Amino acid sequence: MLTFLEGLGRRTVRGIEELGYHAALFAESIYWLVWGKRIGQPVRNNHVVKEMVSVGINALPIITVLSFSIGIMLAIQGIHTLKTFGAQNQVVLGIALSVTREFAPLIVAILVAGRSGSAFAARIGTMKISQELDALKVMGINPVRYLLAPALLAMLVMVPTVTFFADLVGLLGGGLYSAAELGIGLDVYWERTLDVLDPEDLMQGLVKSVLFAVMISLISAANGFSVSGGAEGVGRATTRAVVMSIAAILVTDMLFTYFMNQ
Amino acid sequence: MATDPAIEISNLHVRYGDVDILQDVNLTVERGEVMVIMGGSGSGKSTFLRQLLGLEKLYGGSIKLLGKDITTLTGQEMYQMRKEMGVAFQGGALFNSMTVGENVMLPLREHVDLNEQTMQIMARMKLEVVNLAGFENLMPAQLSGGMIKRAAVARAIIMDPKLLFFDEPSAGLDPVVSAELDDLILKLKTAMGMTIVVVTHELESAFKIADRITFLDRGKLLMSGTVDEVRNSDNKRIQNLLNRVPEEEQLDADEYIRRLVGREE
Repeated sequence: MLTFLEGLGRRTVRGIEELGYHAALFAESIYWLVWGKRIGQPVRNNHVVKEMVSVGINALPIITVLSFSIGIMLAIQGIHTLKTFGAQNQVVLGIALSVTREFAPLIVAILVAGRSGSAFAARIGTMKISQELDALKVMGINPVRYLLAPALLAMLVMVPTVTFFADLVGLLGGGLYSAAELGIGLDVYWERTLDVLDPEDLMQGLVKSVLFAVMISLISAANGFSVSGGAEGVGRATTRAVVMSIAAILVTDMLFTYFMNQ
Repeated sequence: MATDPAIEISNLHVRYGDVDILQDVNLTVERGEVMVIMGGSGSGKSTFLRQLLGLEKLYGGSIKLLGKDITTLTGQEMYQMRKEMGVAFQGGALFNSMTVGENVMLPLREHVDLNEQTMQIMARMKLEVVNLAGFENLMPAQLSGGMIKRAAVARAIIMDPKLLFFDEPSAGLDPVVSAELDDLILKLKTAMGMTIVVVTHELESAFKIADRITFLDRGKLLMSGTVDEVRNSDNKRIQNLLNRVPEEEQLDADEYIRRLVGREE
């Protein structure tokens, strides 16, 4: 019993320590983004653009497939469920709210965590074990400024942007299926969607995606920077980065949704 | 200012947890000198180098580089200091995602405001110095071990630093390539007047390049002197290292039995 409590205590302390480390990384990145230029150590625009392409643009094809499928899936399930009450026309409301408030931000965040978060953790981890991080430091290039700050900024811009794109594609997917199934025109579906959709619904999803962007970058970077133990360590850190990111995304989503809808 | 020694270390004390890694290390490296740091595995020489590079926090004492105590410098002052330092890491530590030329140019891109062409010319000049002219468009993965180390030297000297550090330059290289690297170190000393600190355990290489040799042993400074002084030293540990004599461990019968049965007491 005592060892169990001791283990629990140690884990808690480690967890708080890690949270503190994330906060420190965040503060440092913001410092470099805001003050870097003034002290002659700017965050390079070309690095940010490169990260934006890899986080956002390169993810568009798969995001399109996923959110389109989600839209259709919601339409199928929605019509099937609502048929019981003879209210299948209400499916438009169901799709509009679920896509913009939940599914688009979630699917984008999970995909970015799996695609870019893992790659980022692996890249930093590999650089750590091959002493490239030390090489950066001794050259006077701060690794947080050089590696994390551009990635954080890129994620902050691209995750919400891609989420908005996923909103549109998801609604389109749901619309195409519903229009065919209910025998209404796509223009009518679209009109009704705009009718029921409040800007606040859209904003809720987008604000969440900003939070997710911050969490993915910090968790991935922190795991990368903490790598020890060679190639195996890099593998472990990469897995941990993805699992932790997705867990953080889902729990935050739940909490955020709870408080926003009180 | 110019009369300050290049490196001045007083009472350096490094500690991880409860273990003392380095203790009471006092050392001065004059400007333009090649100082070789030697010692067996676990002697603390890698830790010592990391301290000199300002990569680790120290427990006590002070390290002055070019007259400035790096333990008290602000972030911005340390940033300026780093422009005066070049480091060639053991495995080269070239950035794998960049070509050799981009690797060499990186410090220029970050620290000076020059146009692309000028930077390319400067990078090629340094690659000439290390005999790697024409290799600037290759990726690090396409280079041999010796070439990677030389490219790392080119990157280390691109800012014309006053202090140059080498971590195990001969490790993993064949004798001919290793000798070439020794010649390169001597060339950098005479042609560019750099102060060079080399951490190595290769005796031959140490005797060839060193002005002075410092021996670290079990976290303490054993001796610091010229090549001849080291050769003629009557210290047993140094002679063992020079003559490659294995350390004889004093066998304590009770201790041995305790280790075998796995008991602490």
